[in-house]
Amino acid sequence: KMASGQQWVLVEMVQAFYEAPAYHLILEGILILWIVRLLFSKTYKLQERSDLTDKEKEELIEEWQPEPLVPQVSKDHPSLKYDVVSGPPSHKIIVNGKECINFASFNFLGLLDNERVKVCALASLQKYGVGTCGPRGFYGTFDVHLELEERLAKFMRTEEAIIYSYGFATIASAIPAYSKRGDIVFVDEAACFSIQKGLQASRSVIKYFKHNDMEDLERLLKEQEVEDQKNPRKARVTRRFIVVEGLYINTADVCPLPELVNLKYKYKVRIFLEESMSFGVLGEHGRGVTEHFDVNIDDIDLISANMENAVASIGGFCCGRSFVIDHQRLSGQGYCFSASLPPMLAAAAIEALNIMENDPDIFTILREKCRHVHKSLQGIPGLKVVGEPFAPALHLQLERSSGSRETDMKMLPQHLLVCFQCLDRQIAVTQARYLDKEEKFLPSPSIRVVVTIEQTEVEIEKAANCIREAALAILK
Amino acid sequence: KGANKNGAAAQGRPRNRFEQAPLYVAVLTYVGFGIVTLFGYFRDFLRALRLEKCHIAQERQELKEFVPLYQDFENFYTRNLYMRVRDNWNRPICSLPGPVFDLMERVSDDYNWTFRLTGRTLKNVINMGSYNYLGFAENNALFLTTVAEAVRGYGVGTCSTRQEMGNLRIHEELEQLVAEFLGVESAMTFGMGFATNSMNIPALVGKGCLILSDELNHTSLILGARLSGATIRIFKHNNMQSLERLLRDAVCSGQPRTHRPWRKILIMVEGIYSMEGSLVCLPEIVALKKKYKAYLYLDEAHSIGALGPTGRGVIELFGMDAKDIDILMGTFTKSFGAAGGYIAGKKELVDYLRSHSHSAVYASAMSPPVTEQIIRVIKGIMGRGGTNEGLRRVHRLMENTRYFRRRLREMGFIIYGNEDSPVVPLLLYLPAKVVAFSRAMLEKNIGVVVVGFPATPITEARARFCVSAAHTRDMLDKVLDALDEVGDALSIKFSRQKFSPRSELYDGTDFELDS
Repeated sequence: KMASGQQWVLVEMVQAFYEAPAYHLILEGILILWIVRLLFSKTYKLQERSDLTDKEKEELIEEWQPEPLVPQVSKDHPSLKYDVVSGPPSHKIIVNGKECINFASFNFLGLLDNERVKVCALASLQKYGVGTCGPRGFYGTFDVHLELEERLAKFMRTEEAIIYSYGFATIASAIPAYSKRGDIVFVDEAACFSIQKGLQASRSVIKYFKHNDMEDLERLLKEQEVEDQKNPRKARVTRRFIVVEGLYINTADVCPLPELVNLKYKYKVRIFLEESMSFGVLGEHGRGVTEHFDVNIDDIDLISANMENAVASIGGFCCGRSFVIDHQRLSGQGYCFSASLPPMLAAAAIEALNIMENDPDIFTILREKCRHVHKSLQGIPGLKVVGEPFAPALHLQLERSSGSRETDMKMLPQHLLVCFQCLDRQIAVTQARYLDKEEKFLPSPSIRVVVTIEQTEVEIEKAANCIREAALAILK
Repeated sequence: KGANKNGAAAQGRPRNRFEQAPLYVAVLTYVGFGIVTLFGYFRDFLRALRLEKCHIAQERQELKEFVPLYQDFENFYTRNLYMRVRDNWNRPICSLPGPVFDLMERVSDDYNWTFRLTGRTLKNVINMGSYNYLGFAENNALFLTTVAEAVRGYGVGTCSTRQEMGNLRIHEELEQLVAEFLGVESAMTFGMGFATNSMNIPALVGKGCLILSDELNHTSLILGARLSGATIRIFKHNNMQSLERLLRDAVCSGQPRTHRPWRKILIMVEGIYSMEGSLVCLPEIVALKKKYKAYLYLDEAHSIGALGPTGRGVIELFGMDAKDIDILMGTFTKSFGAAGGYIAGKKELVDYLRSHSHSAVYASAMSPPVTEQIIRVIKGIMGRGGTNEGLRRVHRLMENTRYFRRRLREMGFIIYGNEDSPVVPLLLYLPAKVVAFSRAMLEKNIGVVVVGFPATPITEARARFCVSAAHTRDMLDKVLDALDEVGDALSIKFSRQKFSPRSELYDGTDFELDS
């Protein structure tokens, strides 16, 4: 029965053959011949790669000279010579052998040499040793980390917090975890370097708006809205973010957070807030710029801060709602692929949080001192104070900025000379350091003056006078 | 001193092994993933119909009209595969990560959506997961006296960057010591190992340069390469023909489309690859690099301190000269029991990094007690301070590694990598076995690390053991017996190679203690 079935199919085929029109058969025949030809012809590459013979290749390999691995750095490059600090970088700091008063370390709350913090760190050292020997996923999660995350979430009154082992890596890993290729990020021009690196790693479309200029931002948002209407399908899957800092490290002023929240709901963009300089500084209880402006913290999608300024430890954290933060536990590169924070540093951070919670007066005192310093530094010939009166890290910029970067750069050594003179007179200030070629919007050269809670009025007066004299001597 | 002896030994050094499993295993693995994926879709369907409770955190009501933060399919894997088995990762511990540690007991009432800590601890679980190669994760008060002094004297933070006011004398001491330890001119240290790569590779190469990177390089190397803006080409893992072909092509053809010559060519490799346990073929790579005038970046995150007769890493193991490698990079997290990383090499290189590295300008300096810990460990390994303890640990690590690997191969497991590498991946392949293995070992009071997709290829899920010098023979025997039992119960002894213990005649074991 099978044989007859097969025969039957064969008969059908032959019949079809006869019944087909001639052009059909001819076309099929040509196609089959073409396929046979293609199968047997030699393959060729689209790019004419090389007719180079082996001998020519050897010659090319011999001739090629690469650049030297690194360009020559001249011996008197200003960034080559570091100031050497012997002993702890606390209030009285020994720089290059001379004891000075510290106006350069970001030790805002004076927790760097706090006895309680040191005792907690020692206890942790005796229990856990130094390192964690593993990333969070592979037995690198200690109870101290879990405790610190809980405490931070409670302190900031958010649902969840996540810790990173290095301050720089915090925002630089958080941004690429959410914003991918094709998404749009609106960033302030004065954003710090770690934000810029996070944006670069995310491969998103970056749009800069002028520093603290809400009209410029609104203009960009409106333009984006127009674009969206042209392509609504794409717009429905393109995420948008605004990245701002609470207290900018480069310009020492605050972002206008209430207006930003309004823009958020009007144009449907999410806000990422970087609070490294304002955590532990602004707000009645030190909760940062959200408390300062009395904005509901749930309105900010992600708050990121490092623990290397006010908290005087090492590391960083992000806090927000669980919906947002939990995602970083699997996609934050600096979290998943890096060893966790040494428990000693986490214990020190917990104790610092305890101190901050028990004693909220320190924030008021710090703000008083900031105002005092801001006032004392006014009227220095040649230098202008840049920053809000309550900002703890001020900049002293050239008053007469010539507008051209080359002339400003020639003034650069003068800033250094002012710093050197101050160091001579036992006031430690430093020039604000940037990577000239890497920054998108290079800030003007300036001297950084940091206010800490341990500075007395006498010392602040002395510092102001010292800077004034140095400026008079050098900048005239 | 030991260079010549090891040069001879390097010729007979066993190669990296990557045994293939039988075909049925690969088929079963795909079937396993297929079944789980189908169930995942089914569950998503039930969730959409509200028949199944949705445990995942939800967006705020006010933001319902915003573009969703996560696409549904991005989270499919997390929701349906990872959640069900995630009790095998992120296990919290409450003691130091030594050869044994205490795990906090964690239970879930709703199939791993939420955990709660019961308050009990599992004591003395044998630790086969932490990167504690030389056993310097310790809390012996005597050994840690200088570190405690550093905490009392310096505090814990630095509150400034290296270029501003954060350059402490202790940092300079550490850098000199690292340079001496490695036998190079100069070194620079950074506060985080991951960031050492991602912040310094962009300073060294840029647009117009070519990076040739190994297939299995770590995420930090890949991130650093991407941030630099250079062109990246990938060569097959440890495959010298693939690398040579790329090099020839690059030098002869130049940059794509314009055919201008490349400014620099940088080859990036690691000493030990942490997922495979394989060693880099260093002599061949150095020969290639010299022939084609490329630069070599060697990331010794796992191998520094753990390989070589005196713990100087993979360079010493192969008997090569550290001056042949242009950029030596490593981390202090693994063998040194601290945190941070370093880059070492010629003085010009390090001077350039001091002025142009992103980390020196924008990231805070290393914490002083952590610096002191690294100093004391390096002094210990170098034999300063009058004891041989450091060197003894290096040798014990080597013995433990050899013993552990030999016994595992005798039992019939498939192990990847080189005989000398303390990272031992044991292949499990099927996703269900991966999870069962981890849980079974925990019941026997042994903590292991299992890794699956996406960190490894989809068919090659594995368990990864990290042998430590602090493990005693008893601990290793206990682990091996447990592995034997669990291996039989789960039938994961896939190896088809007959292994005879007598065939391993090492002439590399004749390095003596120079005391």
